[in-house]
Amino acid sequence: MGRPLNHDRYDESYIRGILNSVKNIAVVGASPSDNRPSHFVVKYLAEHGYNVFPINPGQGGKHIGGIPAYARLADVPEPLDMVDVFRSSAHVPAVLDEVLALPHRPKVFWMQLGVRDDAAAARAEAADMNVVMNRCPKIEYGRLSGEINWAGVNTRTLSSRRAKRLPGGVQRLSLGDDK
Amino acid sequence: MADRKPGFSTLSIHAGAQPDPTTGARATPIYQTTSFVFDDVEHAASLFGLQTFGNIYTRIGNPTCNVLEERVAALEGGTAALAVASGHAAQAVVFQALLRPGDEFVAATKLYGGSINQFNHAFKSFGWNVVWADPDDLASFEKAVSPKTKAIFIESIANPGGILTDIAAVAKIASKANVPLIVDNTLATPYLCRPFEFGADIIVHSATKFLGGHGNSIGGVIVDGGKFNWAGDERYPMISAPRPEYNGIVMAETFGNFGFAIACRVLGLRDLGPALSPFNAFLIITGIETLPLRMQKHCDNALAVAKYLSTHKNVAWVSYAGLPANRYYKLAQKYCPKGAGAVLTFGLKGGFDAGVNLVSNVKLFSHLANIGDTRSLIIHPASTTHRQLSDAQKKIAGASPDVVRLSVGIEDIEDIIADLEQGLAA
Repeated sequence: MGRPLNHDRYDESYIRGILNSVKNIAVVGASPSDNRPSHFVVKYLAEHGYNVFPINPGQGGKHIGGIPAYARLADVPEPLDMVDVFRSSAHVPAVLDEVLALPHRPKVFWMQLGVRDDAAAARAEAADMNVVMNRCPKIEYGRLSGEINWAGVNTRTLSSRRAKRLPGGVQRLSLGDDK
Repeated sequence: MADRKPGFSTLSIHAGAQPDPTTGARATPIYQTTSFVFDDVEHAASLFGLQTFGNIYTRIGNPTCNVLEERVAALEGGTAALAVASGHAAQAVVFQALLRPGDEFVAATKLYGGSINQFNHAFKSFGWNVVWADPDDLASFEKAVSPKTKAIFIESIANPGGILTDIAAVAKIASKANVPLIVDNTLATPYLCRPFEFGADIIVHSATKFLGGHGNSIGGVIVDGGKFNWAGDERYPMISAPRPEYNGIVMAETFGNFGFAIACRVLGLRDLGPALSPFNAFLIITGIETLPLRMQKHCDNALAVAKYLSTHKNVAWVSYAGLPANRYYKLAQKYCPKGAGAVLTFGLKGGFDAGVNLVSNVKLFSHLANIGDTRSLIIHPASTTHRQLSDAQKKIAGASPDVVRLSVGIEDIEDIIADLEQGLAA
């Protein structure tokens, strides 16, 4: 999983490698309202086998989508593999400061669709994290697994190999291997 | 290594169609089922809330239809697509997503006669008011735009009669008016023309024609170009406002650059109901696998027929943009350099009676009201497809009494010309 040369586009293998290698994901800016995109992402990732930790200053000790939420990243009781920033670009540097202050450094610093901060990306990469900007992990998972085809969306991928189902359900697909 | 971008022929065969996860079936299975079981109660809730991707009910989506959707989206270079029961259904769903009663849209006068009827009558009964503009006079589009305008609609290659529209020029007018440009790309197909590359925002297809290509299935497709900025635009509440149908979800916010396609699916198709049969979707995707081969042969045959007719003593004129003397030749070179399509019109010196005579005498050409079949087709628009239009409208639409329309098939060109030869001589 080599670093991307720039952040205008990512190879499938880079995104798939990240989503296949992480387990504990914090979603910073997760909303308790069940019609908000950040709420959808929390639930979707949880339904696809990730341990999701919603982060929202007003929701510490409560639940978001049935999942225990935390006020701050530092409150999460487990080491994180990935932090997904669901805040506007202006908030990214402060979130990164919190990430860099964690006792266990996450492997991935991910910024949502519409969120981009190249200076913060460079800082995160200098701290040995893989960075994704301006992408949604739900859409990327849906695209690379093929699930998003069920919404008529162009996955921009082709494969002559069988899609693999996740255990525990019929309508859930795995990402496949990194090859 | 950087990801490879597959070519058009590869996409025609593979886009959207992985082997089936359960059985390994390589051809796309026909999922002939109304409904799909949920994994559990929570999964059902997520599906109904649009929080996860999956199948509920074939009126909203079906895995066979999904393959068609992704295939056409990939070929057009769009973000997503929606398959519906017909080309007309595609137009109804698109306009229902964009317009409210009292709104207007601007449409080219040179359109398929069925679209002219739909816009003039059915749509007006919903309070969606068409304002006509002449594709040969681009200023007429600018003049037709008003504060009530919500969209502009054109055909890339217009039916009937080899007329091309300057897509990029109309796209500029749409962009200035800040409304989406909708292009009906049925006659060109993405093999010949890719309207998103010239500024279109939405593409509609009658998949019944060259996409399916075998004259066996009615179907329609809507493709989302993903470039129009709907977010926060109060003129388009189906896409930009919180939807009461879905607990306040905003389609443009939740689904980003494919929000329009999702709005068409979960608000339009779900509530209006023109779902495509999975069996038809299967036949259409099978047709698309050979689209590049067929379209090239269609165009090569059509050009040969146009050349033949233009020297025939009984023929007054031929309208086919592939002929260098045609007024649309330059536009054809720009928008569809591989060929000007397979539909052409010509005028018979003998007028109405000669037209009726020809359609009665041909033996290989089929006299019927369709285009885009492997078979060569012939029709006399004035007495059929354009019959309901006034004489003035017929003339504007290129369907005067002397006009005969051909959809040139992919039979051997010698046989096609021999049939016309004997039909014109009889």
